[in-house]
Order: sequence, then structure tokens, then C-alpha cells
Amino acid sequence: MENLEHILSEHPFLQGLHEDYLRLVTGCASNVRFEPGQYLFREDEEANWFYIIRQGKVAVEAYGAERGSVIIDTVEQGEVLGWSWLIPPYNWHFDARAIELTRAIALDGKCLRKKCEDDHHLGYELLKRFAHIMEQRLEATRIRLLDIYGNEK
Amino acid sequence: MTNPVPNPMLPAPYVVQRVLRETHDTFTLELSPKTTMNGFRFSPGQFNMLYVFGVGEVPISISGDPSKTKTLIHTTRTVGTVTKAMYKLKRGYVLGVRGPYGTQWPIGEAVGNDVVVVAGGIGLAPLRPAVYQLLAQREKFGKIVILYGTRTPADILFRKELERWRSRFDLDVHITVDRAMSGWKGSVGVVTTLVPKAPFDPLNTTALVCGPELMMRYTVTELQKRGLQASDIYISMERNMKCGIGLCGHCQWGTEFICKDGPVFPFSEIKSLFAKREL
Repeated sequence: MENLEHILSEHPFLQGLHEDYLRLVTGCASNVRFEPGQYLFREDEEANWFYIIRQGKVAVEAYGAERGSVIIDTVEQGEVLGWSWLIPPYNWHFDARAIELTRAIALDGKCLRKKCEDDHHLGYELLKRFAHIMEQRLEATRIRLLDIYGNEK
Repeated sequence: MTNPVPNPMLPAPYVVQRVLRETHDTFTLELSPKTTMNGFRFSPGQFNMLYVFGVGEVPISISGDPSKTKTLIHTTRTVGTVTKAMYKLKRGYVLGVRGPYGTQWPIGEAVGNDVVVVAGGIGLAPLRPAVYQLLAQREKFGKIVILYGTRTPADILFRKELERWRSRFDLDVHITVDRAMSGWKGSVGVVTTLVPKAPFDPLNTTALVCGPELMMRYTVTELQKRGLQASDIYISMERNMKCGIGLCGHCQWGTEFICKDGPVFPFSEIKSLFAKREL
């Protein structure tokens, strides 16, 4: 557990978090590993986890009968995957599949939600961090909507 | 009696050796001089005016290796009348070449630095000569990082070459696409998302950026967020180049002529123009 706390404290996502809060977060954390092709989660399943990717690459996919699975984003080493655990009704909106052998720290959303309800300062600290990730992903998505590699008028 | 100054508006005849389809809408043209045995010398970043007789003349970046002067290589997209006609050319056809024109990527100035090359779509073509030159004198630079973004895996330009570069131990190559089907093992996301993760020292890096203007705009923003100064970022601009020597004014951009003062500019010199909507 001490090792996990150390790893989490060094990750940019949790940098600057008070050590008491870091201990609370670590209490909801576990080491996980996914083989290539293994799903971390599937669309519509209950979203009770998020992941800090330590190694490997995960494809976020949407499935359609005509097109099959389309990769809409990849989440890689050092990045955070999943925020549906934060937002009711706590269901995943996409599939997440390991493209490579992926090692991650899984954080139990149910456990964290309870701790955040008990201590709103912890909740605010985590929300600020997730808001930053959401802002980055939204910006990247908007830039992608511009189709920036084409010169079409 | 002195030799007459060559007329910069007079195209030299070049023979098509090969037209190589790169992706569904891009191709590479290999040319060799028809009359002279002298090689064609150019600097990375420069362009030529290519004339398909009876159709028209267009500016096209040189995409070959500057050290190989016997063959002249250009890569372009089939977007207009001239490039569509060019794509249909067969071996042995003669077209006109004027050039090389314009400024070059600052390879000499980058010696001792890390170099990050950021390309979007067809923007990899004018950067390829710079990569050749960087690799030819690899020991003179710190880390060399290539970040390339394009729409889909099928749109990846110079795929085999990128794979070769990626297999080198002294080069970091990262490719990302906007969308992909399930079999794709690479990254998905816009090229700007590669910048924060790329392994270079922002205080000691020269960035060479080429792609559509929107792509360059967002890339420059990300590079500056990483800590690069505007004077360490170079971009390659594109406008309606006609004469190639700064006379006709078609490519005038504020006080600059893209064909003569560019196409490669330090971002510090043109950042006020870059932000102007009217130009």
C-alpha cells in the first residue's frame, strides 16, 4: 500500500494533493494488468472504476453494426482513463480495450464517491483534477472536429 | 563577355521517371533533367514551380533527399487541375521546372539542440528533406523527435519510411490518426496531443512545423505551453505562389512574400501576421 501511495503521489494527476487525502485515495486503489485485447470496461456496464495508466495503451471504442468497432481515442502511459464513475447514472459510454499489455492503478469509484461525500474538500480536489482532464479532451475533440489535416474551404 | 543571367521565369525541361501513388489523394513524382547533367541542388524546405505544359504551373515542395542531386522528387496532393494532370503523367513525359525557391529549414542553427519535427497530413513532404539532412549528421543534434498526425491509417504518407525511422534507436517517431478501426495498434487523437508527451528539452529545442494553418496554429500553442520560445519554432507557410521570386505579389502576406521571404519563417517573425484574420 505504501508503494501504491508513493506511485500515486508522483503522478501528475494527484500532484499537490494533501497527504491525508492521498492516503484516502490510496485506500481505494489497486494494481491491475490487462492483456492485449482484454476489455477494461464495456459500454453500458456500471462505471465503478477509473484507471491511471502506468504502461501500455488503451483504445476507447464505439461499436456500430455497420462499421464494427471504431477507435475514437487512445489513452496511454501517464494518462487517466474514465470519468463516468463520477457522473450519474455511473455507466460507461464507450468500450475500453487494451491494445498492448497494460499496467494500471485502478481506483474504486464507489469507494471514492463515498469518501468524497464524507469530505467535500476531497471531492472538490478530485473534481478540479477531472475538470482539467475533461477540458483537455474536449479541446482535442474540438480541434479534431476542425479536420485540421485538410485544406478544404 | 559575361554569361547571361539565367531567366528565373524560364522552366527547365525535366523528364518524368516515375509517378508513385502514396495514398488515395497523394503521389510522388520522380524527375530527372532532360538537358543538363548537372545535379539539382536545393535546401530542405524549398519548393519548385512545376509546369505541366498546356495545363498550368503550380508550386510544389521538394520532398527528396538534398544529398541525392541526380533525381528531383516532389510529393503533392491531387487537389486542382494541374496536380490532377500531373498524377496522370507517364514515364518519359517532359514537364517544366523552375526553382528552387524560398527559404529553408534551419538545420544549421539547430546544431546542438533537440529537434522536434511536427507534421500534419501532406505537411510531412516538405519536412522529409530536413529529416534526411538531420539523420545524415545525426551526431550533431540532441534528441530528434518526429510527431506526425493524419486523418486515418490509410492517409499515412511515406509509411515504409516512417516505419524504418521508427525502428532506429536514435529517433523518436510518434504517429497519431483522427480515427481508426479496431485493428489499428497506434495512437488515436490529434497531433497536438503528442506535444506534451514528446521527449525533448523545451529550453534547448528547435521545432520545425508543417501542415495546414489550423494544425500549425494549435501546434505552436502546444509547443509554447511546453516552454519553447517563438524564435525556436519554425513554420512553413503556403499561399498562392505564382512567380516564385517576389515580383507578382500573388503570395504577399502583409509585408512578406511567401515565395521569397518564406515559405519557412521563424514564428517570432510572423506571429503578428499569423493572428490577422484579414490576410
